[in-house]
Amino acid sequence: MAWSWEALWEWNAGKKPAQLRVQGPRPCARLCACAECNRSARFIGCGQRNCACALLPRVPVWWVLPSSLRSIRDSPSSHPGPPCVLELGMFPELNNLLNTTPEGAEQGKLTLLCDAKTDGSFLVHHFLSFYLKANCKVCLVALIQSFSHYNIVGQKLGVSLTAARERGQLVVLEGLKSGVDVFFRPREEPHPLQFLREANAGDLQPLYAFVRDALQPVDSGEAAWRCPVLLVDDLSVLLSLGVGPVAVLDFVHYCRATVCQEWKGNVVCLVHDSGDTEDEESDVLLNGLSHQSHLILRAEGLATGFCKDVHGQLRILWRRPLQPTTHRDRSLTYQYKIQDKSVSFFAKGMSPAVL
Amino acid sequence: MAVAGTSGTGTRSTGSMVAAASTNNVTSFQRRGPRASGADSGCSRLVSIAGTRRSVRNGQLLVSTGLPALDQFLGGGLAVGTVLLIEEDKYNIYSPLLFNYFLAEGIVSGHALLVASAKEDPADILQKLPAPLIDHSYKKECDEDICGHKMESDIKMKIAWRYQLFPKMEGRPVLSSGFGHDYDISKRIPQELIETSKWHGFFLPEKISSTFNVESCSLTSGYMKLLQFIQNIIYEEGFDGSNPQKKQKNILRIGIQNLGSPLWGDDICCAENCDASHSLTKFLYILRALLRTSLSACIITVPTHLIQNKAVIARVTNLSDTVVGLESFIGSEKETNPLYKDYHGLIHIRQIPRLNNLIYDISDVKDLAFKLKKKLFTIEVRENFYV
Repeated sequence: MAWSWEALWEWNAGKKPAQLRVQGPRPCARLCACAECNRSARFIGCGQRNCACALLPRVPVWWVLPSSLRSIRDSPSSHPGPPCVLELGMFPELNNLLNTTPEGAEQGKLTLLCDAKTDGSFLVHHFLSFYLKANCKVCLVALIQSFSHYNIVGQKLGVSLTAARERGQLVVLEGLKSGVDVFFRPREEPHPLQFLREANAGDLQPLYAFVRDALQPVDSGEAAWRCPVLLVDDLSVLLSLGVGPVAVLDFVHYCRATVCQEWKGNVVCLVHDSGDTEDEESDVLLNGLSHQSHLILRAEGLATGFCKDVHGQLRILWRRPLQPTTHRDRSLTYQYKIQDKSVSFFAKGMSPAVL
Repeated sequence: MAVAGTSGTGTRSTGSMVAAASTNNVTSFQRRGPRASGADSGCSRLVSIAGTRRSVRNGQLLVSTGLPALDQFLGGGLAVGTVLLIEEDKYNIYSPLLFNYFLAEGIVSGHALLVASAKEDPADILQKLPAPLIDHSYKKECDEDICGHKMESDIKMKIAWRYQLFPKMEGRPVLSSGFGHDYDISKRIPQELIETSKWHGFFLPEKISSTFNVESCSLTSGYMKLLQFIQNIIYEEGFDGSNPQKKQKNILRIGIQNLGSPLWGDDICCAENCDASHSLTKFLYILRALLRTSLSACIITVPTHLIQNKAVIARVTNLSDTVVGLESFIGSEKETNPLYKDYHGLIHIRQIPRLNNLIYDISDVKDLAFKLKKKLFTIEVRENFYV
């Protein structure tokens, strides 16, 4: 019933499976006495001889496996390859939940990140490191934090943003730094943030031009990067700066048409849900974006208030366009706890602190 | 998350972690360099600036807010480069106290100050700051240090003060190198301390010209002038690292009082749908940009109870880093409530920033109350007595 480390090693093609993440709690948490399982708290059946996890027949080991690993467990040799790359960095658990890998990332999608009553910026860090690891060309429009913030968090997640910037994989528009330039030292040529100087902020045309120039696929012969990705953190601050919600929606529409449709890239943007504060502009923006996006990740604070062990709830909604099979939109809800270098997800009520 | 493996399987996993890290030329065990915002361009490791300390969690440079109790609930102090937003209490009685504590801490630590107000002359504000508590009566062992050092140092100090002698710092007299001091509200700050400190004042009625300026870029002229003033000071005094001749790095403490009130020319507190509704939020964004690129920390008091548009309050909160709300019991039904009889009001810590980190230092305690005693402003955890 248990598989050995050697079998795992083989199907990972020699790559070291750093951690084996499983959904749900470890059923044998209280039973397994072997050093390996206890130390990492994540393994199911490390294969050691004295590991109690493997020996107990009544422990339903299979239901805690990610679905991709279930087939491995049954026939390790017939599986074509590793289903998920469990590298350190990004949040491997979130990759499992989203069923994506840096190698097999989908293209042409608009992903909407939204947060309500909590801080959803950890999702931005996840996608940033995810796409950098997936060898995509990334344009980060960082309007609310400085570059060093993303860099330092990225280092914890295993990507170096400065190195990515130097080799041309990452283009960053630092809203704060260039905002000061535009505001106090205005120049004649259009600047992506020139709406800061204008009394009635018109549109985001210069910002779109910047994105387009940054992500333009270069026909240089060798295919350097996989697909262009635009990451915006965040769109709600544009509303605070006087840009109308319709102008922001237009900007996203232009970006989607260019980046997703034409260049088969991805767009990820973060929006704050204002909740019950009756912010009409924010509602218009959020509803408009929810309608157009393929994947919505919504981080919410717990309805019952603050909890030390569960920082919030993540709702994942896959929205598929009209297909012949007309799947209903699939939705999953997980609770999460943010740690120093990663985020752990668990089913509702299954926090390790509770069990 | 170091899986220290003694068995063969364990070492493989640590090997992968180290390998992945070393390819990026970054290990997670590297001592983090200074995160001095803006001064990180080619700046060497920061010599410790008086009145600051590093956060234990991520090495972030922190300054004290003036109230050690509040520092503790904010995760050690206020991070340099961030904004502390104080939501004023209803009759604006206690928020000026926090404002004054912040400024007094700046004077005692030797930081530069920038005080902006539309209501009161900054010189008058500085006169009313609380006096630092002289604790040489409690710390007897420092007496001989004080006598000995008073003879040696060139600094003319008229006040017996507990301080540690720093290696000679030219020019600026260091009054105290500690972090976080106690203050006596019943006494005024000594005049000498104000005179030796470096402060800049912005009093709106003086700066605003009599002719009506066309408002450009949707900011009220008061905000525009204040932003230009702050940017001038930061640039000229070299807080953003632009002036490399500066030998000593110092922190600029900015205090803006009653931001958003009609005295600043902003009608956000008067009407629900006002014309220049983006004025305050744009101001906060540019201010945030200025702070992130310089060695400064800012305290703002905003009368949020007057702002009728809840959406604006949410946006203002999102654009600030640390938000502390004060709720006083005066005039409310809680004044006579026996549960609250020991306290004068509640403190709500609404937001703490996550800087350079996925997590932040949040204390478990959410129930904080304050009390204004004769000499001290104390913050305590509210104890509930269940009958």
